[in-house]
Amino acid sequence: MDWQFVFSQALTQAIGPTMLVYALGAIGLNLQFGYTGLLNFGQAAFAAMGAYGLALSVVAWGLPFWWGILIGLAAAVVMALLLGIPTLRLRADYLAIVTIAAAEIIRRLARATVWSDTTGGSDGMRGFSEPFFELIPWDRDSTWTLLFVSMDNGRLAVDFGIFELQYSYRDTWIMVVGWALVLLICGVMALLVHSPWGRVLKGIREDEEAVRSLGKNVFAFKMQALVFGGIIGAVAGFLFALSRANIQPDTFTTDFTFYFYVVLILGGAARVFGPVLGAALFWFLYNILSQGLGEAIRADVIPPSVLEMTQVGPLVFLLLGLGMVLLLIFRPQGLIGNRKELLFDVR
Amino acid sequence: MSDKEKAGKAAAGAALAGVPAEPGAPKADAILSATGVRRAFGGLVAVDVEHVEIQRGTITALIGPNGAGKTTFFNLLTGFDRPSRGSWDFDGRRADRMRSFQVARAGMVRTFQLTKALTRMSVLDNMLIGAADQVGERMWAGLVPRLWRGQEAANRERALVLLERFKLIDKREHYAGELSGGQRKLLEMARALMLEPKMIMLDEPMAGVNPALKQSLLEHIKDLREDGMTVLFVEHDMDMVHEIADWVAVMAAGQLITEGTPDQISADQRVIDAYLGAHHDAAQH
Repeated sequence: MDWQFVFSQALTQAIGPTMLVYALGAIGLNLQFGYTGLLNFGQAAFAAMGAYGLALSVVAWGLPFWWGILIGLAAAVVMALLLGIPTLRLRADYLAIVTIAAAEIIRRLARATVWSDTTGGSDGMRGFSEPFFELIPWDRDSTWTLLFVSMDNGRLAVDFGIFELQYSYRDTWIMVVGWALVLLICGVMALLVHSPWGRVLKGIREDEEAVRSLGKNVFAFKMQALVFGGIIGAVAGFLFALSRANIQPDTFTTDFTFYFYVVLILGGAARVFGPVLGAALFWFLYNILSQGLGEAIRADVIPPSVLEMTQVGPLVFLLLGLGMVLLLIFRPQGLIGNRKELLFDVR
Repeated sequence: MSDKEKAGKAAAGAALAGVPAEPGAPKADAILSATGVRRAFGGLVAVDVEHVEIQRGTITALIGPNGAGKTTFFNLLTGFDRPSRGSWDFDGRRADRMRSFQVARAGMVRTFQLTKALTRMSVLDNMLIGAADQVGERMWAGLVPRLWRGQEAANRERALVLLERFKLIDKREHYAGELSGGQRKLLEMARALMLEPKMIMLDEPMAGVNPALKQSLLEHIKDLREDGMTVLFVEHDMDMVHEIADWVAVMAAGQLITEGTPDQISADQRVIDAYLGAHHDAAQH
């Protein structure tokens, strides 16, 4: 069996388009949960706002691509306000309940048959991504080599000798835009969390009554965190929709939200680059396990009596779950979190 | 007793001279004046205060047996709870409709019975978060350090001076969660001072503080008066009340039953009754 291939594939994925979607979604959560302590269990719905905002604008209403982006962002803001106004004055768990319910409502609405002529119902939508890929600044036949990076007929290849990363014409564009967004947003986050504004958010996470007693309008700060984190969630939704060139309502289940949480906890909450590292590690492990096991079965290293191809998927999630539990026991701060911070009682 | 403290105590005594020892007694210069404040939880009336005034520049103790409604009254005055009815003025402004953060901005800052240190933040950050009107606390301004760096440096200076005064300067880079219970009380008081309040409300400042630290905490509270602030504090320990309070208000069963100087209060039969339950038959307990 070809370990080199499996490893190359997993590494390709670890910095690829899907990983960027997880990274962005988790960056938004990091602002809300990691820094402010807001339990948003509906990040999938914010991503859906972005994805459906874009798709509906372009496909159903025939608006230009950039209008779709604006509408997607606006939809995420509206949703944050709608969820935040009734719940942010209440105890933290109310937001968790309301966001998880709202996310399910959004998904059910998206797959409802009533307006499936417009939304495509459970089949979802396609045909909104062409304008995005028309923006690619290089031609489909461009070919060049620079040290170990090369482009072959529009496809990107990074050759490290033992393993090689390869990306299609479109994936390369998704990655250029995605990484630019991740770095830009991480830069903005770094400035924000090290500002007095970020200090108030951390104070709210520790004890919002104390912060209120110091003359801060806690509700307004929480709302800002919810809205901005939701906007980043919508950006993750854009990238998700564009990278697959279609959207389906059932990809926006609560599982999606919980992957963002896994990524955040794996990388380290309340650290600017925690979600990025977490996303890379999570997606690398997922891919190396599923592709490695698949390859082992194909090469008869693992006989079918022990494990069949159809069982690989569930087994991988089982292993990842186990890994998550072990992580929380032995390294609860995640990859780059601060262990010391976890030693105090939160109250 | 330092000269400064003598002067402060004398000034407070003079301001309260001639005020009758009766509930709701009018004061010469009241910073806080509340009327008809009532808070009911269902059928239980936790607070029902007809009238009370707090003299500016004094230390006033609010005492009473457990369940007398002291902390609820505190929560109402500081906007952390809403009254069923009633109104009050703080420093010449109507304050009963203000939200908690607006009360703090108006100059009435509180501390909590269970200390609320922001544990996973440094002691210095705990202090800095207290400063009022920070430009960098606006989200967009936070993105441009140039806009707030100067103000931040000034706040930092002020925080360090206060930490020095409260003997927490060596702990400034430590997490607040690493401090002892008494040090957290000190931090909370120092943090409240970052707002430059006119009146400071201390909810059981001595609870859970070891005796060695108690004395220094008492001195800090007296210093607040000497610096021109008005102090209202809830306390159980009568010795402490005697030592630092200029005026004492007594609550029992939600009502203000009497007011007076510490000496007048210790001699008052109603206070003894309220604490010891003289109206009740011992057998009922």
